[in-house]
Amino acid sequence: MTEPFPSLDPWGTYLAILVAAALPTQVWRWIGVVLAGRMAETSEIFVWVKAVATALVAAVVAQLILNPGGAVADTPLLLRIGAIAAGFAVYLASGKTLAFGILTTEALLIGGWLALG
Amino acid sequence: MASHPHAADTPAPAAATAAGWFGRGVLNVFSLPALVLFSAQVGFAALAREAGFTVGETMAIALFVYALPAQVVFIGFLAAGQSLPAIALAVALSSVRFLPMVLAWAPVVRPERGGRIGMLFASWFVAVTSWVFAMSHLPNYPRAARLPFFVGFGMGLAVVSTAVVGISHVLLERLPPLVSGGLVMLTPIYFICALWGASRGDADRLALMLGLFAGPAAAALVPGVDLLAAGLVAGTAAYIIGRVLKARRAAGEAAQ
Repeated sequence: MTEPFPSLDPWGTYLAILVAAALPTQVWRWIGVVLAGRMAETSEIFVWVKAVATALVAAVVAQLILNPGGAVADTPLLLRIGAIAAGFAVYLASGKTLAFGILTTEALLIGGWLALG
Repeated sequence: MASHPHAADTPAPAAATAAGWFGRGVLNVFSLPALVLFSAQVGFAALAREAGFTVGETMAIALFVYALPAQVVFIGFLAAGQSLPAIALAVALSSVRFLPMVLAWAPVVRPERGGRIGMLFASWFVAVTSWVFAMSHLPNYPRAARLPFFVGFGMGLAVVSTAVVGISHVLLERLPPLVSGGLVMLTPIYFICALWGASRGDADRLALMLGLFAGPAAAALVPGVDLLAAGLVAGTAAYIIGRVLKARRAAGEAAQ
């Protein structure tokens, strides 16, 4: 199989996984162990960093809904957004029951997909 | 304080060797929170497969990163053709929450003396599922039991997750598009709900909502660095609005 990710060239995918995915994640765990007991986790910098991290993951999630890979990309965008919004509404209404939210989204998505042929 | 009545689901017998505690930790992998994690990892495998990652690469990401948001950010950024430094920065930002999480976790899990190397190794397995489990159950266990128990539980979760990722990557090929497509959409709804559930204030919830809109907006305005820009702008805006709301609430209480 040829290299599917041009942005990795000349990096190997495995090296990229170690350098750009594993290391930037593990380093926080190591710093946490080393600093444990010496830092206030309620400080303003943590509040800001957590907000940025949350927004970043949310931005990725939005892109996944707009441009998902594979066959689900053929479904209408409105169906995907509607299924996600309904799932989140059910999650909130059910007292934050994750299973209900996920099942609602999946049921609407697959039901809608079948109905639209 | 070896055994509290509260820990009915995880009995903590008085005496066992470190290996015994490790084994007990492994056995706890068969639990409901672990099941939720495994199904989310199936969604990740579907995502990685659709993005063009091989089964080996997908398993390596699951094992060596072992943080679902970071895994998804890495896949999403790479598939969107962003540069490697931008990817590393985005992954680092999405994983920064491990710092406060580990800071809270370490005093619970660490042994009486020493154990620095063991703690550095154990921290690999700190993720949302194991963290919640450790923080709620381990205080009921004798201190000598905690680190081996956590490593058994955390390693068990990571190994089974990686196996689940590998198996589903292979099986997805034989699934009808309806099923694999449904699994791909598991990740967005799981994350929206999990991020909301993990929010600790207005800033976090605003960041989630603003980020959902900022992502596509930035993709149109500043392609190439769009996800990073969206995170920084939406996150900072959420932080500022959150601070204003907090100050206003405090002022309102003071006025009464």
